[in-house]
Amino acid sequence: MDSLSQNSEIKLPTGKNLVLSSSPHLSTGANLRKIMGGVLIALIPAIIASGYFFGFRAIFIIVYTAFCCAAAEAVWCAFAGKPVWKNVGDLSAVLTGVLLALCLPVSIPLYVPPIGAILAIWLGKQVYGGLGNNPFNPALVARVGLLIALPAAMTLWIPSRGMMKNDYPERNKFFSTPDAVTSATPLGIAGTAEKIVDRSEKAQKNFDAIENNELLKRCFWGDRAGCLGETSVFALLIGYAILVLLNLINWRVPVIFIGTVAVFTAIINACFPGVTPGASFHILNGGLFLGAVFMATDMVTSPITGSGCVVFALGCGIVTSVIRIWGNYPEGVSFAILFMNAMVPLIDRWCGRRPFGYVRQRKESVK
Amino acid sequence: MDNSIIYGAIALMGGLGIILGVIIALFVKIFRVESDPRVDLALELLPGANCGGCGRAGCADFAKALAQGEVSPANCPVSSLEQIAAISKALGIDAGEVERKQAVVCCRSYIGEVKKMNYNGVQDCVAANLVAGGPDACRYGCLGLGTCARKCPFGAIEIIGQVAVVHRELCVGCGKCAEVCPRGVIKMVPADADYHVFCNSPEKGASKRLFCKAGCIGCRKCEKVFGSNFNVSGFLAAVDYTAGKLDKEDVEKINCPVGCLLSVEERLEAAYAKVKEVNQ
Amino acid sequence: MNKSSRDVMTFSGGIHPVGDGKDLTCKSAVRTAPLLERYFVLLSENAGKPPVPVVKKGDEVQKYQLIAKADGFVSANLHAPTSGIVGGITEVPGPMGIPAGAVEIIADGEDAGEPPYEPILNWENADPAILRQRVIDAGLVGMGGASFPTHVKLALPEDKKIDTLILNGAECEPYLTADHRLMVEMPEKVACGAAIFARIIGVRMPRIGVEINKGDAIENLERFEDRYGVDVVPLQVRYPQGSEKQLISAITKRAVRSGCLPMDSGCVVQNVGTAAALYDAVVRGIPLVERIVTVTGDVVVSPGNWFLKIGTPAIEAVKLAGGVTEEPGKLIFGGPMMGFAQKSFAVPVAKNTSGILLLPAKLSVNYEASGCIRCGRCVQGCPMHLMPCLLSTAIEADRFDLAFQNHVMDCMECGSCAYVCPDHRPLVQNIRRAKAELRKQLDNGRK
Repeated sequence: MDSLSQNSEIKLPTGKNLVLSSSPHLSTGANLRKIMGGVLIALIPAIIASGYFFGFRAIFIIVYTAFCCAAAEAVWCAFAGKPVWKNVGDLSAVLTGVLLALCLPVSIPLYVPPIGAILAIWLGKQVYGGLGNNPFNPALVARVGLLIALPAAMTLWIPSRGMMKNDYPERNKFFSTPDAVTSATPLGIAGTAEKIVDRSEKAQKNFDAIENNELLKRCFWGDRAGCLGETSVFALLIGYAILVLLNLINWRVPVIFIGTVAVFTAIINACFPGVTPGASFHILNGGLFLGAVFMATDMVTSPITGSGCVVFALGCGIVTSVIRIWGNYPEGVSFAILFMNAMVPLIDRWCGRRPFGYVRQRKESVK
Repeated sequence: MDNSIIYGAIALMGGLGIILGVIIALFVKIFRVESDPRVDLALELLPGANCGGCGRAGCADFAKALAQGEVSPANCPVSSLEQIAAISKALGIDAGEVERKQAVVCCRSYIGEVKKMNYNGVQDCVAANLVAGGPDACRYGCLGLGTCARKCPFGAIEIIGQVAVVHRELCVGCGKCAEVCPRGVIKMVPADADYHVFCNSPEKGASKRLFCKAGCIGCRKCEKVFGSNFNVSGFLAAVDYTAGKLDKEDVEKINCPVGCLLSVEERLEAAYAKVKEVNQ
Repeated sequence: MNKSSRDVMTFSGGIHPVGDGKDLTCKSAVRTAPLLERYFVLLSENAGKPPVPVVKKGDEVQKYQLIAKADGFVSANLHAPTSGIVGGITEVPGPMGIPAGAVEIIADGEDAGEPPYEPILNWENADPAILRQRVIDAGLVGMGGASFPTHVKLALPEDKKIDTLILNGAECEPYLTADHRLMVEMPEKVACGAAIFARIIGVRMPRIGVEINKGDAIENLERFEDRYGVDVVPLQVRYPQGSEKQLISAITKRAVRSGCLPMDSGCVVQNVGTAAALYDAVVRGIPLVERIVTVTGDVVVSPGNWFLKIGTPAIEAVKLAGGVTEEPGKLIFGGPMMGFAQKSFAVPVAKNTSGILLLPAKLSVNYEASGCIRCGRCVQGCPMHLMPCLLSTAIEADRFDLAFQNHVMDCMECGSCAYVCPDHRPLVQNIRRAKAELRKQLDNGRK
């Protein structure tokens, strides 16, 4: 071969760099970092909205929580003997951190995000063997854990920009919890105050009051009390569009999830007046959009097949509505998604695809 | 607080416990499964490794077969001679001839000794062997990806310098490794044999030499010196284990020109030395 | 019938490789390669038993002369690609990575030889048995990839009713354009070969499936539709359109059952290259000694298509294409999706080598042993509707029984799953391992 390359002017390969591997030899060029990065890009509108409505402290909390999660991941990987940079570098921990931060109120004390990060990354993900093996969405594990452990800090709502005539400077206090000029979330009002009052006309009147167009419009744009990322439905819709365009999620999941909640609450509202507000109120309030667009579509913790995702989204919608209408908590999205996460192995089993070339009845007789 | 509540609770819980205990005791008596005491006895004496080396589904299955006289205690590859004798004695059967086996990885292509290609894929010998016959130039040698080491229930195989090496003191000869090896480079040999030919390639000496500096070249020197103890077929010598034991002196007399004739201990030492050399 | 108004057919599942590299060679006309000094005709190149050499060292051979005779039913004849002297029966690096037996032919430079078989010009009225015998004589094998002797596919049991003959001109593999150029430049050969195939198995109107990215090929083939009674079917661009079962599903909407052959669904599928070779064998009386090979890749100086004689070493093909710009990271025989990575440039071209592909290291996929994130892309992409991610996870845990229950044996290793996997998991290799283990277990079970 050497003599050949000397005789001719053309450069011939020597084959010394040849790599052996199984087919296929090409790939799409997609990788984890691109997927996680894509989701983070889709979260940018929600992050901006949270900064607009809750002040600069909101942005700080998001960055801080993301950092805490990345640090938690790095610490675990260092101790578990996993490659640190590869695991932190795939941005999954950062994504978990941002999602967790978007589920926190702006007034959250600064000692909470590190606890949340440890809950999310260690308890929610790494104990199961790391990314891909966790049955539950890590951000939701942390949120629910914090909600149960620190209910006061997690439900201290600060009014958003438009709710106070004068700008509310406490929102920008970084290192101390802003002194509370609290404001209940609309869902909280519906959930706590009116649920006690039985199906009376008075309750219905109250629902009508919180269901007025002005309030719903504010909820759509995001000008209401609530978690950082959940308030602005508009920003989350932009995020949804980005996710669908980047082909990162199954577009049916959020649609079915939210649709199920709408149908369910509309039916209850119509059949049993005074039990719950109408569908439009339920859709635009609470963490429904955040959960449906970013949490229920998490690849790791949702079913693999398309039909499985439909079942999953339906289940999420029903459980959310049930918790919201009859449960103790005003909000049920996180619990619903976690509950359905637990059902995923079962759903995968039910909704497996029929392989090509199989007829339904013949399944067992094929060797 | 009224003490009577406490006494009442104690009496209630205690009574409940006693009643349930009696019921359980009755059930144990009524639904007792008759088992052969010999099975339990044998199971107690067996090592309990559940390695499957005897060809049964585990020690319990083997114990059952023992009690029914289907197998001999000697079929358990893990038990020592004393243990086998103890089982035979306990069960009152004759163990018969006991032949112990051990695994030997008949390849010594340490790092750099054999040409290897860049390989990218599953780190498993079976899988690697399916990609164009494996990444190394020799298609008979050890791939060194450790499928046998993962399969060994006794942790007796270590990958040193990209080649598997059996630790003689740990190997019980269950044969799991030889079963999974896609190259057939692991051989089951009599446990008391010290010296083996560490090469598995029957290819022509000259073509073998092109890519492996460690292989047997089929020079037949061993056969010339100790004809009865060796079989050379083609270009690969093999120790004939039935023809008596080779000792150190014999091997020195043969003085294998490529150094393929080694004891397992020497092989281990050489492997460690080579790894040390490469690391420096 | 107006083709453009017709539905463009396809199957369900599969992927669409972007940047498929076909533009490197799809416009370059097939060129004839200069004569070489030596050829290494592989003996074990067809699936089944290798043929037995009928020449020995020092024999003089003419071009087209029989040099190895089929041994048994699933075996195919071999013919000398050029005139010269037999250099011996040697071992060369084979396309499967292990050394393979080959007949070395030292060319005398004359390239002389008469067609050894009587041309059958009146094939329309010829006895199908004679035509089938010609297929056996000429040593035809499936030129698409599997290299299965063609006459085996044509020997149909009495109880099987065949109503459809499909010619596979999909060429869904990225980079390859050998079939494309064949259909563009020699449409008559393909159409006529299809008609001869139809005559042999006794069906009417063979259907030629071509992906619509080969518009010129469809156009040229359609000109011969009426003369030879063939039907050109435009297909959507989708990998693996050219897999037998998927092609049948796309064209006839029939699903070949698991574990069954296409003939069980009344279909026979042949490659367009095989059809052209059949035309040569029947109408010109010459056996299969050369084929069109795409020599391509991003590191090749001037990629293109060549008529290469069977037995041309890969390095000579690379030389024809002007060498390389940088050291390639991978040498692949076949396409990048299902082709085999090679260890050496000395591997000769076989009857089923549709392409010689040199990929730079940075383009070829780097497999990692990282965890599955359950994104489900492989499930969407699998044309066999399996769940590769679950199979792979089960196999990594040595749960071959679980993989078996999930129909791992139905996998055809098309590589769609590993192509789309964002984590670059070696899904196909895992599945291959499971299939090998399970076959071993099944064999043991039978014993």
